[in-house]
Amino acid sequence: MSFKKFCIALMCVSLIPGAFSCKKQAGETIKIGAIFSVTGPASFLGAPEAKTAEMMVEEINDKGGIDGKMLKLIVKDSAGDPAKAISFAKQLIEEDKVFAIIGPSTSGETMKIKAICEEGKTILVSCAAAEVIVNPVAKYVFKSPQKDSDAVQSIYNVMKKKGIKSIGIVSSNDGYGTAGKDQLEKLAKKNGIQILISEVYDKKATDLTGVLTKLKAKNVQAVINWSIVPAQSIIAKNMKQLNMDVPLFQSHGFGNIKYVKEAGEAAEGIIFPCGRLLIAEDLPENHPQKAVLMKYKKNYESEYGEDASTFGGHAYDSLMILVEGIKRGGADKEKARGAIENMKGFAGTGGIFNFSPADHNGLDINAFEMLTVKGGKFVKYEDK
Amino acid sequence: MNMKKYTPVFCLIGAAVIFQIITSVLNREFYLTQLTMSAYYCLVILGLTVLMGYAGQISLGHAAFFAMGGYTTAVLTTWNLAAAQEGTLARLVVQLGLSTASTNAYGVEIRHISPWVSLLVALAITVAVAFLIGIPILKLKGHYLAMATLGFGIIVYRIVLGSRIFGEADGISDLPPFRLFGPLYVSGDPALRVQNFYIAAFLVVLAVVLLQNLIDSRMGRALRSIHGSEEAANAMGVNTARYKLHVFVLSAVFACIAGVFLTHFNGGVGPSEADVMKSVTYVAIVAVGGMANLWGALAMGMALNYLSLRGYFGSYDEFVFGGILIVIMLFFPDGLLKKENMRSLTEAAIRMKNKIWKRKNELS
Amino acid sequence: MSFEQLLQYLLSGVTNGSIYAIVAIGFNIIYNTTGIINFAQGEFLMLGGMTAISLSPYVPLPLAILIAVIITAMVGAVVDFLIIRRLKKPTVLNMVIVTIGLSIIIREIALHLWDEKVRSLPYFTGNEVTSINILGAYISPQVLWVLGVSAVIVIFLGVFFKFTLTGRSMRACASNITAARLCGINTRNMVTISFMLSAAIGALAGCVISPITQTQYDCGTSLAIKGFAVAILGGLGNSTGAIIGGITIGLLEAFSISVLPLAYKDAIAISILLIILFLRPSGLLGKKEAVELKEF
Repeated sequence: MSFKKFCIALMCVSLIPGAFSCKKQAGETIKIGAIFSVTGPASFLGAPEAKTAEMMVEEINDKGGIDGKMLKLIVKDSAGDPAKAISFAKQLIEEDKVFAIIGPSTSGETMKIKAICEEGKTILVSCAAAEVIVNPVAKYVFKSPQKDSDAVQSIYNVMKKKGIKSIGIVSSNDGYGTAGKDQLEKLAKKNGIQILISEVYDKKATDLTGVLTKLKAKNVQAVINWSIVPAQSIIAKNMKQLNMDVPLFQSHGFGNIKYVKEAGEAAEGIIFPCGRLLIAEDLPENHPQKAVLMKYKKNYESEYGEDASTFGGHAYDSLMILVEGIKRGGADKEKARGAIENMKGFAGTGGIFNFSPADHNGLDINAFEMLTVKGGKFVKYEDK
Repeated sequence: MNMKKYTPVFCLIGAAVIFQIITSVLNREFYLTQLTMSAYYCLVILGLTVLMGYAGQISLGHAAFFAMGGYTTAVLTTWNLAAAQEGTLARLVVQLGLSTASTNAYGVEIRHISPWVSLLVALAITVAVAFLIGIPILKLKGHYLAMATLGFGIIVYRIVLGSRIFGEADGISDLPPFRLFGPLYVSGDPALRVQNFYIAAFLVVLAVVLLQNLIDSRMGRALRSIHGSEEAANAMGVNTARYKLHVFVLSAVFACIAGVFLTHFNGGVGPSEADVMKSVTYVAIVAVGGMANLWGALAMGMALNYLSLRGYFGSYDEFVFGGILIVIMLFFPDGLLKKENMRSLTEAAIRMKNKIWKRKNELS
Repeated sequence: MSFEQLLQYLLSGVTNGSIYAIVAIGFNIIYNTTGIINFAQGEFLMLGGMTAISLSPYVPLPLAILIAVIITAMVGAVVDFLIIRRLKKPTVLNMVIVTIGLSIIIREIALHLWDEKVRSLPYFTGNEVTSINILGAYISPQVLWVLGVSAVIVIFLGVFFKFTLTGRSMRACASNITAARLCGINTRNMVTISFMLSAAIGALAGCVISPITQTQYDCGTSLAIKGFAVAILGGLGNSTGAIIGGITIGLLEAFSISVLPLAYKDAIAISILLIILFLRPSGLLGKKEAVELKEF
């Protein structure tokens, strides 16, 4: 019987953490945990987020850290698995005794560790968008991405101006699509817009002509698609291939010029709300976000040789809000938390953050611009 | 009772106790968190070992049964009865005494269905589904069986992912703790870490004892005969279909119990628990453990899950499990902890023990 | 439902169905020679697509596809040479496990070699917005490419397996490997050839469908599952069956969309597959005796 081997294996496992934990040393460092889904189904969020966070921490440390204290970033790859996010959060809080955690990338994971961070009295600045993260408000939990409801409201505002009354919604079956669909359905009535049909497709869908046929038959005046790659390029192509000439609205997940390239000519005329990162060059010089956006974009693109996306921007915001909180409140969890909660007018990539005890997101509808695609480029959408 | 048979079990209990004491003395109790989680995953793996190793039936859909347990209890215990007091069903539940009260993370008192009730419901659902799906699926063989179990797993995953009641892609969070009895709670509260470790360890020991007895019983012999040659077993009068079905249901029940307990321990559940990749991971661990080797599966299940949950594999987590599958099948088709090696080891140990006994007797 | 709509659903079903069919054919080749199902077949598609996309900025499209097909075929040969050949206990269970492991490894290597981003090849004819009007319904010319390539592959395989010595030897291996060896066929090489062939066909399929479906490091798995379902539906090892099975599943999916919520599309397709498996394990066109001959 092999129980002896079993015991040996158990002992080996128990030794590994010991061996790893030896090198820990207390110094003038502030440990920040980061839980991102660098791989797995949400890697399109986690990968640029992890890259951004690593780049920013390096930059801060090169400049001498925060008041002489160096930052130490511990990145954990949750692969989009809530069980792992829970395990990592507990590990970071109890074992590594981190000052704060940034991430996770998805709303599902954030909701699982919200209570853990609250009980562990550790600041969590989430990179996920769902509004349940900050509503009800938990003392230690913040989030940096814009509210889905504001994105939806921006879209509906344009629709009202264009006189669109009946629409069809398609969304993907991941957390991103679900959250957007909920807000679209919730706010439609208030804006006098009728949803004729709402369909959810698989995020790995390869062809969407079937569902678009269904929409076409309902004679919708516009289509809203709430998803991330690859479906948002597929839907644009399929609509053109089906000769549907109604306007296509996308979510702020469209915020990467790569998707426009993927959709090619079919992307022309897509209208979507987005943070100002994509049109940083076109902003007036005196815009408060201009400097931040240009710097982030330039650094990210030269560091990694790929286009900056708004997702990476969420990690930038989460980290910088935290850093700003530490600068203002000092390296004390309670004071830093208080400083974040009372922070006003902080310019990030997502918008101007104005936190308050009741609002742990700090962004409003002004964080969004309506953009459209013209000649393969993002430009500001102008009402005709 | 044959005490010798239970020696390894006592060693397992001893190992758990020693481990807990060491971590407590060293003030490193946080290791217990991931060990507890690994122990629950090991319940699934133990059940699957008997199904795959002894009965020879592959299942690429076992994560589905885990998710069934987890989601059933999540849906039932997060149903706020205080808010739905007006509903007839809610009132009935309260009047029948099936509910308990607890306070949530925001300090609000809530009333919900007792986790004991949800555990029973989850078990009932799992047994029913396992029976219904098992009867036709286990008639299939080889690739068809693999595909059918895979398909079953995908269907459950899709339903979980596509239904609002299961929280779609976000899953369900903020589960109340599961009060077993008296002061014993299954919950992620750091203060209750030690008792949670022992609850999980107790379940694993129970599972091992149960399965060990099953393997040594008439049923176990019948199962091994199925693995050898189903036709021959049939010819010898073994009702192979019935035995296969029973093991399938049993392993599903193990997965379901693990799902219920781990979901309460974690305080939430997400669709990735039903993912095909999870099922593949379970199969990988059973393979590494040596297929028909409970102790091997347990050791590997604890070790690999523990390392994975602590993030030692970083972004190479799936890579590690994929690599394990190939390396094991290439070089150690009988598992890393080869049975032959083990046997010779134990035999040597017994010889040594006998020698010492002999000498002692001679001396006295 | 109007006629245009009906036709549109039909075309949508054909589009998806032909994609599934072309994947299923790859499964069949390896199954025919070795009696095993290669769970990593989807990854061959991904590899082919990704390689062609990486090459396409530097060389003309047909050349890029050709190189991609050759490279992927080499990968197929390496897979067989390094892994499949060296299996100590090549039982069905072990083969299933090993190919699943393989699919994970290839996927993860692709993730670290390229990255998590989505890419695609340009449309072979026209561009993203080109469409052909058929009696009021619309279809992208790329779909015709997929259909055409599937047809060519089926014909090619038919000829190859029936009339060439290599093809016949491969079939001999499938029906009885010991007898084939007694006849002087190098069965090991036949397995290598079948892996190369199915990898090459997978790569070609990956390139043809890339403009429609786009290619990402993990796009292989879902395609493989559908392809496997189609292969079983059409009867394992039967290429014509794969086409019929593919179109059937595609149409079922398309029309299920018209009445049911899209969210459960995959669940519906797989439920149908399970029912067919339970009632008729040999598939639509598979022969019952052929299945019973195979040693599981």
